[in-house]
Amino acid sequence: MIGERAGEVSEEVRARYEAVIGIECHVELTTESKMFCGCPNAFGGPPNTNVCPVCLALPGALPVPNAKAIELILRAGLAFGSTIPEHAKFDRKNYFYPDMPKNYQISQYDMPLTMGGAVPYWLEDGTRGECRLTRIHLEEDTGKSTHASAGGRLAGATSSLIDFNRAGVPLMECVGEPDLRSADEAVAFLESLARTFRELGVSDVKMEEGSLRCDANVSVRLRGAAEYGTKAEIKNMNSFRSARRAIESEVARQIAVLESGGRVVQETRGWDEAAGVTHSQRSKEEAHDYRYFPDPDLVPLDTPPAVVDELRVTLIETPYERYVRYVDTFGIPSKQATQLVDDAALSRWFDLAVTASGQPLAAMNFVLGDLSRLANETGTAIADGKVTPEALAELVELAQAKTINSSAAKLVLETLWGEGGSAKAIVEREGLAQVSDRGAIAAIVDAVLAANPKVVADYRAGKTNVLGFLTGAVMKASNGKANPALAQELLREKLTPGA
Amino acid sequence: MDPLRDSAAAIAAAVNRREMSARAIADAVIPHVERVDAQVDAYLQLTPELMRVQADRVDARIAAGERLPLAGVPVAIKDNMCLLGTRTTAGSKILGNFVAPYTATAVQRLLDAGALPIGKTNLDEFAMGSSGENSAFKMTRNPYDLGRVPGGSSAGSAAAVGGFAATISLGSDTGGSIREPAAFCNVVGFKPTYGRVSRYGLIAFASSLDQIGPFARSVEDAALAYDVIAGKDPLDATSVDRPVEPTATDLPRDLRGVRVGIVKEFDTGELGGAIDACYRRAYDDLVALGATLVDVSLPTAKHGLATYYLIAPAECSSNLARFDGVRYGLRVDGADVGEMYERTRASGFGPEVKRRILIGTYALSSGYYDAYYVKAQKARTRIAEDFARAFERCDVIASPAASSPAFGFNAKSDPVAMYLMDYYTIPVSLAGLPSLSVPCGAVVPEGGDRPMPMGLQLATPLFTERALLGYAHAYEQATQHAEKLAPVEAVR
Repeated sequence: MIGERAGEVSEEVRARYEAVIGIECHVELTTESKMFCGCPNAFGGPPNTNVCPVCLALPGALPVPNAKAIELILRAGLAFGSTIPEHAKFDRKNYFYPDMPKNYQISQYDMPLTMGGAVPYWLEDGTRGECRLTRIHLEEDTGKSTHASAGGRLAGATSSLIDFNRAGVPLMECVGEPDLRSADEAVAFLESLARTFRELGVSDVKMEEGSLRCDANVSVRLRGAAEYGTKAEIKNMNSFRSARRAIESEVARQIAVLESGGRVVQETRGWDEAAGVTHSQRSKEEAHDYRYFPDPDLVPLDTPPAVVDELRVTLIETPYERYVRYVDTFGIPSKQATQLVDDAALSRWFDLAVTASGQPLAAMNFVLGDLSRLANETGTAIADGKVTPEALAELVELAQAKTINSSAAKLVLETLWGEGGSAKAIVEREGLAQVSDRGAIAAIVDAVLAANPKVVADYRAGKTNVLGFLTGAVMKASNGKANPALAQELLREKLTPGA
Repeated sequence: MDPLRDSAAAIAAAVNRREMSARAIADAVIPHVERVDAQVDAYLQLTPELMRVQADRVDARIAAGERLPLAGVPVAIKDNMCLLGTRTTAGSKILGNFVAPYTATAVQRLLDAGALPIGKTNLDEFAMGSSGENSAFKMTRNPYDLGRVPGGSSAGSAAAVGGFAATISLGSDTGGSIREPAAFCNVVGFKPTYGRVSRYGLIAFASSLDQIGPFARSVEDAALAYDVIAGKDPLDATSVDRPVEPTATDLPRDLRGVRVGIVKEFDTGELGGAIDACYRRAYDDLVALGATLVDVSLPTAKHGLATYYLIAPAECSSNLARFDGVRYGLRVDGADVGEMYERTRASGFGPEVKRRILIGTYALSSGYYDAYYVKAQKARTRIAEDFARAFERCDVIASPAASSPAFGFNAKSDPVAMYLMDYYTIPVSLAGLPSLSVPCGAVVPEGGDRPMPMGLQLATPLFTERALLGYAHAYEQATQHAEKLAPVEAVR
C-alpha cells in the first residue's frame, strides 16, 4: 500500500503541488411531506411506517411533485445568484437497487431547476473566497438496507432488511465547480452551503442524520500547470471533520503516487474514517448506463419569470452577506462574526441591539460574553430570554457613559436575565450608578487600608501585585459602585509614601 | 327492465326510481355471468361478495334519497386496474399473487357512481398484445365465435360486454387496446383524450400513451361511463385540469354540416374486398346522415407503428423495472440479489413482455438514445402535427378500427403481423386524440363460416369528446349494426 498513507509526503514536496477540488452534495429538504407522495418526511420512526403505494412503487401508483420542494430549490438557487430556467423537467435514472422501489430514481438530467451561481465562503482566518455552482437539481432519496450479518455489511449476509421510510424524501443535489484549492476551502464551502440552507429553511443539514451527504472530486497538479490532473471521487464522508481529513489524505496520496512516478487512476474511493485513508471502490469503466429519459408520469416544470421575481422579493440577507456586514461595517473580528452569523436568531437579536445602541462592538462583547454565559447556564437562547435588545442598548450606553462600572454592568445583566425590564430602572432601583466622587471613594480606601495593615506592608515592601486585592476590597466595600480606575488611583496615591 | 340485456341508462333509471334494487340486480347477474363465462373466459376472477356488498351500499344510498348515474349497473374491470382487496395481476405471472391495497381512481369513481363490480377481466400481459393470447392465465374467447380471439389487450373487458356478461366495462388503450377488441366483439370502445381519465391505479405499460376508457353496447352508455370517470385527479400529474362537459345528454341524431375526413394514406383496398366494402358502406351511411366526406392526408402516419414500437417499449422497460421480487409479487430466490432479479423476471414475464423490455432498454441505451428514442419523439410530434393540419379541413376522421375482423387462435405467430392489427389506431394514440370504435357491420372472415363484427374508428381533435360521441351516436342510431348480430348460441 505504498502511497496510501498521508504524511509520507514532505511539506516541501507538498508545496509544489496544488489541489483541485469540486464538491457535490445531497441535501434532504425539510418539507412536511415526501417528494412525490403525501407521506410524512420524518427522520426515524419504526421501519416502513411512513410509506404508501407511491413511495413503495406499488403497481399503478403515480408520482405527484411536491410544490414546496420545488420552491425551496428555487430559493436556494436565488440565494446563490443562480439562473432559474423557464423550463425544467424530471427524468428517470434507471438502475436496479433493492432500496430503490421503482428501480429508477426520479431526478433531473439535462434541464435542472437552477443553473450556475456561486457560493461565497470565508475561512477561519477571515480570508474570503467563492466557488461557482454548476447546478442545483431536485430528486428523491432511496430507502435504507440493513444486512443481516456481523457488522451489517453485505459480505456474508444471509438476508437484508429494507426500511422505505426515507424512500421518496426530497433530495437536492448541489454540484460545485472545481474551484476549491484546499481541504479548508472545501470545508468552508460546505459550511457556507449548510448555513444558507439552514437559514432559508431548505434543510436542517444534519450530517449525522444523513440530511447532508457529500462527495468530493479531488485531483492534484503542479502549481502553475494549466491542465487539471486525473480526479478521484471520494465518498462516505460523514462530517465536515471527516471531509477535511479525507480530502487532505487523498491529496497526499495522489501527490505520493505522482512523486513515485505513478499515475492517478480515475475511480471512486471510499473514505475509511477509522483507518484515515481512502480505498478504491470502483473504476470509471464500470460506470452505469442510467438510460435517462424524461419521466412520462410528470409534466414539464415551468417557472415563469414572474414567479422568480416574486421569490426574489422575499429573499433575505444570506449568512455570508451578514458576515461581511459584521466584519466590514461593524468591525467585528472574523471569529466573533462567525459565532454570531452561525445563530440566525441571535443575529437578528444582535442587529436590533446594535440598531438601538449604535455600538456594535460593545453590544457584541455583552452578547458573546456575559449574555452567552447566562444563556448556556440556563439553557435558554438569548433571543428567547427576557433581556430585550433595547435593554441591552441601554446597558451599553450606561457602560459607555461610565454611569456604571463593569461589575455593575454584569449585575444589571444578571438582573435583566432574571426579570427583564429596563437597565436604567434596575440601575436606579439598585443604586448601582458608579461613584466617581473622590472624597467618597477616598474614605472607603482609607477604611480598607486600615483594615489590611499586613497587605499594606507587603505593598510597601515591593509586592505591588497586591494592588489588585486591595482594589477588589474597595469595590466590595462600595457595593461594586466605585469607579475602579479612580479607586486604584487613590490606592496608589495613599500607598506611596511621600505622595 | 332486464338487468342482463338492458342499457346502463335504463338500469340506473330503474334503480334510481326504486323499481328494482341493486341487490336484486347483483343476484340476477352473478349466476348469469358464471354461466356465460364458462364459455367465454372473459374474467380472471369474479367478485360476487364485493358485488353484493356494493349493491347493498347503493340501495342504502338510493333509500337515503341520492340519485346515482350508474346505480346498480354491473361493470367489469380490466385486471390492470387496482381494486382494493382483489387480486390484480395485469395478466402476468409476476403479479399472480398481488392483492391490491388500494383502488384506482377511475374504478373508485365508477363505484361512487353506484356501479356494481362483477369481477376483473383477462388481458394480454401488461396490456401488451392485440388478441388476448399474451395472458399468462387463460385464453378469452370471442363471444361471436368461440374459435376466434376477442382482440386485445382489453380482451376480457370487450368479450364480457359483447357477450352480455357485463353492461359496461373499463379497458385501457395504449395503441388500440380498447378500440380493436371493441371492433372484434361488436361493442363501442372509447379511448378519451390522453389526460382526461386518471391513470392512478392503472398498472403502467407506456405512461405517455396509456388511457382508461369504457366499453359499452351503446354510445350513450359509453358516454355515461365516461362522464363518471373523466376529470382531473390530484393523484395523477398528467391528468388534465379542464372542465369536462357532460357527453351523455342531448346526443345528436344526424350529421348535418359535419365534415368527415377520409385519410388518403389509409387505403382500405388492401384489406380485401369484403372489408373494403364494409367501410365504403359505413362512409356512405355517414353521408346519408348529412355529412360530407373530405380527403385528408396524414403523410407521417405510416411511421406510426415504428414510432410507437420505440416509445412504448422504452417507457415499459422502465415502468416494469419495479417488478423485481423485492417488495411484492413473484420472487424466485437466487444466490444473491442480482440472481434473484434475473430468475424472478425470467420466470415472471412472458415472451412479448420480455421482447418489449429488451427493445426499450436498447432504445434508451447510451449511444442509441438519439437515434431511436429522440427520433421517435420527433416523429410523434410530426404525426400529431399532421392530425392538427387534417383537422383544419374536417371535424372527424373516419377509418377502420382494426386491419381485419377477429382472427383465430395462434393465427398471428409473427409479432409484426400482430402489431399491424393496430395500424389505424396507433397514430391516433401517438397524437393523444379522443377516439372510439363503433360497430359498422359484419364480414365473414377468410376461412370463417359466420359473419364477424367490424368497427369504425372515429377520431376528433383533443378534448372534443362530446362532439366525437355525438357523431358516433348519430351513426349508431341510424345503422343499428350491433343489434344485427348476436353472440353464439352457447353464450345466450
